[in-house]
Amino acid sequence: MAVLVIADHDNSALRDSTSKAVAAAAKFGGDIDILVAGENAAGVAAAAAKIAGVRKVLLSESPALSQNLAEAVADLVVGLMDGYDAVLTPATSAGKNAAPRIAARLDVALLSDVLEVEDASTFVRPIYAGNALETVRSSDAKKVVTVRTTAFKSAGDGGSATVETIAAPAAPAHSRFVSESVVASERPELAGAKVVVSGGRALGSSEEFHSVLEPLADRLGAAIGASRAAVDAGYAPNDYQVGQTGKVVAPDLYIAIGISGAIQHLAGMKDAKVIVAINKDADAPIFQIADYGWVADYKTAIPELMQALG
Amino acid sequence: MKILVPVKRVIDYNVKVRVKPDQSGVDLANVKMSMNPFDEIAVEEAVRLKEKGVAEEVVAVSIGVPQAQDTLRTALAMGADRAILITSDQDLEPLAVAKLLKAVVDQEQPGMVLMGKQAIDGDNNAVGQMLAALLHRPQATFASKVEVSADKTKAQVTREVDGGLQTIEVDLPAVVTVDLRLNEPRYASLPNIMKAKKKPLDTKSVADFGVDTAPRLTVLKVTEPPKRQAGIKVESAADLVARLKNEAGVI
Repeated sequence: MAVLVIADHDNSALRDSTSKAVAAAAKFGGDIDILVAGENAAGVAAAAAKIAGVRKVLLSESPALSQNLAEAVADLVVGLMDGYDAVLTPATSAGKNAAPRIAARLDVALLSDVLEVEDASTFVRPIYAGNALETVRSSDAKKVVTVRTTAFKSAGDGGSATVETIAAPAAPAHSRFVSESVVASERPELAGAKVVVSGGRALGSSEEFHSVLEPLADRLGAAIGASRAAVDAGYAPNDYQVGQTGKVVAPDLYIAIGISGAIQHLAGMKDAKVIVAINKDADAPIFQIADYGWVADYKTAIPELMQALG
Repeated sequence: MKILVPVKRVIDYNVKVRVKPDQSGVDLANVKMSMNPFDEIAVEEAVRLKEKGVAEEVVAVSIGVPQAQDTLRTALAMGADRAILITSDQDLEPLAVAKLLKAVVDQEQPGMVLMGKQAIDGDNNAVGQMLAALLHRPQATFASKVEVSADKTKAQVTREVDGGLQTIEVDLPAVVTVDLRLNEPRYASLPNIMKAKKKPLDTKSVADFGVDTAPRLTVLKVTEPPKRQAGIKVESAADLVARLKNEAGVI
């Protein structure tokens, strides 16, 4: 049994999600190799070699790999799979982009967003935005898995794997990188933020949504989210949406302001470590899952909260 | 250019999902079903491309129970020109769906397949990428902007990636999967709903395609995630901040 883990990195630093995927790979009970696909990523490969339990690190470099073009990544990985029983990647946007393409090329099922590896063919994964968990057994000879890395603890370091440079695939014939723009926001990205401040329809207008939430988010270093109701009402852009039809988040702290707690919203944030709900309606469903509920009008509550935060 | 839009009938996003007591799955009996919200965005985009004169025809396709024709009628009411229903009595895995869609693409020869990035039931986020792989064609996933070149041989697609946006160019035909920011789907008007009833809807069955749809996964059980308990009520901002600092340790 040998498992390949695709590293998550930005060519200069290895992200911790890689180590978490290694922890998931360890449950397969075999050799673990890490694939670093990128460009000028020798430093990343060296960092990957230090993860505990890793046999070797494969380094493949080309512009198309660095740009995460799925065609290139799939070509590379499919070419390596003769030597592996499974390939795992953190369920990042790059991982989610490439993994199904790899699975189809291998004519096997994709096991996506895996929360638990019970054994080398049995996995637990969320369905219905985490409102149900399914345990599935794969009959495929090879497994292609994306890992919900928040569900695993890092593998730790202390490894001393060798780094082996391997050939890069040809550039994809039919897709080309054009540009990339990192969102130049002072605020963290919603999907990975440690703190999320989220507003609902009770905020009443786009102006109010931004003027109420932004100072609080800035004070807490938080990302801003919104309920679907607030998005549908035009108070917040669609990509702020937290919920089954939006983004699924699991921050340390989620502050829901003027959000009643529709089922589809709860599906997107119920895995937050601590949930705070501020709503003037004491019967709002959000209070049933909030760790700290405060029955108050946001108009007075948020200024008070800002003051208390100092 | 023809655009093919696969759509899926799923439990409406407003419905609370209930796990069956015998852990065999999720209870679908007497539950409101709707078009997968990400697919609505795909239909909207395809219709807009037609309205802009980029596409000549929008074909919606769905694979599922016979009632999936309601979902197709919704797509037709939004502006799709015709629909194909492939009936299946078993729940198909993404790989099987991708194989069936490949067969449809082989017949229809669309210039672009536009589809939701994932369905909100299985949450696999797989079919679009798998279809692109089976077709040996490029993929542009998580699209927030789609621009087709004047000669309709290429599309520039802006993709929502972790931390920002990536723009890629793909040669057509290609598979584009859509994300939330792409557009706000329209509501079908009553006249359009009436008109949709007269648009062509071709019904086929999985057997017509001779595609291997055998499941690769066995669902051993479906369970409810651990339930969250309601916590405590606070009475003041000072109390809340103190608890977040000292009790929860999150600020």
